[in-house]
Amino acid sequence: MSFIRKEFYHILRDKTTMMILLGIPIIQMILFGFALTTEVKNTQVAVLAPTNDEAAQRIINKLNASAYFDVTEQIHSTSEIQPIFRDAKAKLVVVFEDHFGDKLRHNGVAHVQLIADATDPNAATSFSFYATNIIAGYQQELMGEAKNPYQITPEVKMLYNPQMIGAFNFVPGVLGMILILICAMMTSIAIVREKEKGTMEILLVSPMKPIYTILSKITPYFVLSCINFATIMLLSVFVLKVPIAGSFMSLIVVSLLYIFVSLALGLLISTIATTQIAAMLMSGMGLMIPVMLLSGMIFPIENMPVALQVLSNVIPARWYIAAVKAVMIQGLGFSAILKEMGVLALMATVLIAISLRKFKVRLE
Amino acid sequence: MNNQNNNPDIAVHCESVSKNYKDVEALRNINFDVERGEIFGIIGPDGAGKTTLFRILTTLILANEGTALVDGFNVVGDYRDIRKRVGYMPGRFSLYQDLTVEENLNFFATVFNTTIEENYDLVKDIYQQIEPFKNRRAGKLSGGMKQKLALSCALIHKPSVLFLDEPTTGVDPVSRKEFWGMLKNLKAQGITILVSTPYMDEASLCDRIALIQNGEFLTIDTPKNIVSQYKNKLWAVESDEMHKLLLDLRANETTKSCFAFGDKIHISMDNGDLIVDSLQKLLLEKGHTNIFIREIEPTIEDCFMQLSQR
Repeated sequence: MSFIRKEFYHILRDKTTMMILLGIPIIQMILFGFALTTEVKNTQVAVLAPTNDEAAQRIINKLNASAYFDVTEQIHSTSEIQPIFRDAKAKLVVVFEDHFGDKLRHNGVAHVQLIADATDPNAATSFSFYATNIIAGYQQELMGEAKNPYQITPEVKMLYNPQMIGAFNFVPGVLGMILILICAMMTSIAIVREKEKGTMEILLVSPMKPIYTILSKITPYFVLSCINFATIMLLSVFVLKVPIAGSFMSLIVVSLLYIFVSLALGLLISTIATTQIAAMLMSGMGLMIPVMLLSGMIFPIENMPVALQVLSNVIPARWYIAAVKAVMIQGLGFSAILKEMGVLALMATVLIAISLRKFKVRLE
Repeated sequence: MNNQNNNPDIAVHCESVSKNYKDVEALRNINFDVERGEIFGIIGPDGAGKTTLFRILTTLILANEGTALVDGFNVVGDYRDIRKRVGYMPGRFSLYQDLTVEENLNFFATVFNTTIEENYDLVKDIYQQIEPFKNRRAGKLSGGMKQKLALSCALIHKPSVLFLDEPTTGVDPVSRKEFWGMLKNLKAQGITILVSTPYMDEASLCDRIALIQNGEFLTIDTPKNIVSQYKNKLWAVESDEMHKLLLDLRANETTKSCFAFGDKIHISMDNGDLIVDSLQKLLLEKGHTNIFIREIEPTIEDCFMQLSQR
C-alpha cells in the first residue's frame, strides 16, 4: 500500500505531466466535438421534388422547421445538383423520387435520396443523420394515421469524400486512444524510469517480489484511466449530447477489459525498453499511430487493403472501438459485443503471459 | 542449494568468478572471502570492475563462471534469501528525488517489511543528522546528506551484510570522514561491510582490502601488510617545473618507477638506494630549481602502482 501511495506522490508532484494527462481527453473531446456541434445548425438545404405533392411538402416543412436546416433552394433537375454544391448554395440536397406521395400512399414504399457535401465529413454525417431522423419521424406520424405500414427509404449519398469519418466515431476513438496512451505509455515510462534512475536496483535487492513492484506501479495509472474514462463519458453525454444508447454496465466492462489489455502492453514495453525515451518512442510509434490509423477511428477498416485489414485485427483499439460503438451509439446489449470481448480477453491473456515470461528478476 | 564452504564466520565467499560483457572481460577469476564483521574494501580505478562485482554479489546480474555465496546463500539459486538480508547502496544516488527524506525512508522500510521505529536505534546516529530536513525533497539535499539518507535507507532493515558501491564518490572531504566514522559504528554493531572506492587514501580505514584493476584482483590483505610488502625505497621529489621533472626522471636509466602524486613525484630506483646527492646534481644539470628530495613511506597508491605495473 505504501508503494501505491508513493506512486501517487510521483504523479501528483509532477504537475505538468498530470495536467497533460487529465487535460488531453478534455481537449480532444472539445476539439472533435466542436466540429460536430457548430457546423450542423442551420445547414442550407436544396430540394428537388419533381412532383411537388403533399407528402414531399410535409417533409420539406419539417426539415425547414428544425433548428438544423434551412431550405433555401428549390431545383428542378438533377443536373442542377452539382452547381448548387459548387457555388456552396447548399450542403445537402434532398431528392424525392417521381410521384413520391403517390408511391407512398399506394405502394407503401417511397424513396428519397439525401446527397451531402462531405468535404467536411463530420458535419456531413451529422446533418444527414439528422435529416434521416426527421424523415423517419414523418414516417412514424404516417404510421399513426393509417394502418398500412408506410416505408420511406432514405438513401444517403456522400459526395466528395466517400471515406467518411463518422461523427460518432470520435468518442469511441478518443476513448480508445486515451486509454492506451495513459495505460500503456505512462505505465511503461513509469517502470522504465525506475530502471533509468537506478532505483530499480534497490527495489530488486529487497524482499519485495518484482511482480508486486509492477502491480503497484500499474495501480495509479489504472485510477487515472478510470478518471479519464469518466471525463470522456461526462463530456460526451452532457456537452456533445452523444447519449449512451446501450447498457452503461457493458460499456464499463468492456472498458475495464481494454484498460487491462493496455496495461499488459505497457508492461511488455517496459520489459523491452531500457530508457524512458525508448519506452515513449515504442508506445508512440508502436501504439498511438496504429491505433489512430488502423483502428477504424479515422479510416474505415472496410476500405483498407486486405493486408492492412488483417493487420488491424491485432490492434486492440479496433475491437474496443467497435464494441463501444455498438453499445454507445447503436445501443446494442452485452450479447452483441461478445466477440469483441472475447478477442480483448484473449489479447490480455497472451500479453500478460508474454510479459511475465520476459519479466526479469535481475538487471540483465 | 550450493552450501559447500558454508562457514558461519564467512559472510561473503567468492570462487573463480568471471564476467564478460560481450567481448569485454569485466571480471576475471575473482577469489576472496569476507569475514563476518569486517570492513572489506575493494579499491581500484573507475572501470576496474567494482560495480560488476557488487552487482553479482547482490544478485542483480549473473556471473559467467564461478560461485558466490553471501551469508551462506548462493547468489544464483537462493537470490530471494539474499535479497532479504543484505543492504545495498548503488554507486549512483538511487533514491526518489521527488519524495521527501522521511517518505523515502518510510517507503524503504515498508519494502523491507519493517518500520522506522523498529530499527530506529540502528539508523539513529545517521538519521538524526538529516532529520531536521525530513520534509525536504531528497533531490534538494547536498551530496553528503544524500549519502546519509541512502545509507539510512540501506540500513533500515538491519542487514547482515552491507554492500556500499563507491559511497564517498562526489562527497566533500568532511562528509567522507564522517561517513567512514559511521561505518566504524556499524561494524561495532556486527554488520559486515563491503565497500568499494576509487580513493586510495580510504584504504587504511578498511580492515582488509582488495586492489582491483582491469577485472583482476592484484592483492588481498590488510592495508598494513600491503604497505609493508612494498619492496623498494621511495623518495618524493619536487622542483619548480613539475612536468619537466617527471619527463627528466623518466628519462633517467636507473629510474624504476616514477609517478606524479599531487604536487610531488614518487620515485624508486633500480639499485634500490637512490643517492640523493647524485640525483640532485643530475637535476641541477637539467636546469631545475628549488629541488627537494626526501625519503617517504609508501602509501597504498604506491603499492597499487607497483602491483599494476607487473
